[in-house]
Amino acid sequence: MIEMRDVAFGYRGGGALLHGMSLSLPRGSFHFLTGPSGSGKTTVLRLCIADLLPTGGKLVAFGQDVAGLGRDAIAALRRRVGVVHQDTQFLDHLPVAENIALPMMLAGEPVDMQAIRDLLAWVQMTSQARALPPALSGGERQRAALARAVILSPDLILADEPTGNLDWEMSMRLLQLLIELNRSGKTVLVATHDLNLIRAAKQHVAARVLRIAGGRLQSAGAEL
Amino acid sequence: MSRGDIPAADAVESPAQAAAAGAGTDAAAGVKAVRVRRIRADLRALDLRTLGRALIGREAGMADRIVPPSGATARLTMFTAGVMAFLAVFALALALATGRLADRWAEGLAQTLTVRVSAPAAELDAQTAAAMAALTTTPGVAAARELPAAEVAALLEPWFGPEVPVDALPVPRLIEVQQGDGLDPQALRLRLAGEAPGAVLDDHTEWRRPLIQAAGRLRVLGWLSLALIAAASAAMLTLAAQAALAANGQVIRVMRLIGARDLTIATAFVRRFTRRAAGGAAVGTLVGMAAIWALPDMQAAGGFLTGLGFSGWGWLWPLLIPAIAAALGFAATRAAALRMLREVR
Repeated sequence: MIEMRDVAFGYRGGGALLHGMSLSLPRGSFHFLTGPSGSGKTTVLRLCIADLLPTGGKLVAFGQDVAGLGRDAIAALRRRVGVVHQDTQFLDHLPVAENIALPMMLAGEPVDMQAIRDLLAWVQMTSQARALPPALSGGERQRAALARAVILSPDLILADEPTGNLDWEMSMRLLQLLIELNRSGKTVLVATHDLNLIRAAKQHVAARVLRIAGGRLQSAGAEL
Repeated sequence: MSRGDIPAADAVESPAQAAAAGAGTDAAAGVKAVRVRRIRADLRALDLRTLGRALIGREAGMADRIVPPSGATARLTMFTAGVMAFLAVFALALALATGRLADRWAEGLAQTLTVRVSAPAAELDAQTAAAMAALTTTPGVAAARELPAAEVAALLEPWFGPEVPVDALPVPRLIEVQQGDGLDPQALRLRLAGEAPGAVLDDHTEWRRPLIQAAGRLRVLGWLSLALIAAASAAMLTLAAQAALAANGQVIRVMRLIGARDLTIATAFVRRFTRRAAGGAAVGTLVGMAAIWALPDMQAAGGFLTGLGFSGWGWLWPLLIPAIAAALGFAATRAAALRMLREVR
């Protein structure tokens, strides 16, 4: 689904953040991506949706080299990937239900209100359907973002520190949702520095843990 | 395109290829240049026809929801478009009216000539009769009529007042000549000089020329004003569109991140500004047309200014103003949107 071969990346004005990074996300897998702050976890996720382009190596998403994709092709790629961004990006003037419906509209599909209601019930936010995003708590924003990420039933779900602002109970609820998605056949990649979350997940799902250190990817140690 | 389909990659070399080609030189600069070229090529796909179709197609319904409502800015844009359209109506009326005026003077005055007979009182009747005889036998003179004393007095009354005894003044006789086909004013002038030396032919050229020139210049000023109003409107709409796009940078970024095509984003803004420009201009045009319509009647008031207006089919001309405003809004916002999208991946 996603293949990285010797991918390198560095931000302008900074040194190389990633180099020689190789990664493979097979269909139906569950991966955690961990590493200290600033190690490049978010960058890896942004590379997967062509929000950033590798400065070296090759990144193949859904069988296509992202470096060769035009802007419309990039938009199409992003519609195939559900992303829960760290800073949960919403259109603040639209109610939660309409934000969740946006990918559907962008894909040119008729808005399926029942699907939206089902998703809101799944993330336990039925009562916030008409609320505006600024009125939501951190946990609610994360769950709404997850609902929007999966509205088109994407094959790949990327979550960037999805539990960063949540208490343990809410983190477990969100994790449970991600595990449910993986059990239904979705490929999941979660970037997190929360080792407790990873340990909790491994009790329920065969998750592989990858660690970024020194700009490269390593398999995590036995402590996980 | 249904979701899930990723269009084939552009036939543009990949950054890696460019880097390979530029090995040994500045590979990073090569990669950047290729990316900039590709973005430009992609954005060129937002051509006028595609965007125009999108304004009324599926994208349109969604477009209105994507961009947050912006009450004050929207009202100001509409107000300015309306004021510009109102002014454009007057500039258009001026251009058309001065055009009509110049034509009217040119045609109307060219068809009449005046013969003025000045002679000692004893010879006046004889000279006038000789001049009339010459005129009626000159080819190209359709009609010649000596103005009766009462008409001459009426012509002089504005200058001397009603009380002055015009009969006591050495007033020349006036003959009004209707010009037909083939009249040679120079030959007539020579003939009159021979047969009635006191008769002077005036074909109005002397005072008609500066009037026509003035009307022509006013017409140019009218069209120039229209062009300036259009340019100012385009500048205003560009500024408003750029401000709106800059203020909505986050919206654009979110839309791109969740898979919006450039066309969808550009349509959202272009549609809004095209409608604002057209709506404001439509109101301004109608108010301007009503104001022109309500001007005093030309016949009743006389004079130049009351000639300002439209006549007959001319009333359709101002209806072009909202269409032009819409086109300006479309073009200005499209340009601003393309600039903005270049910055967002």
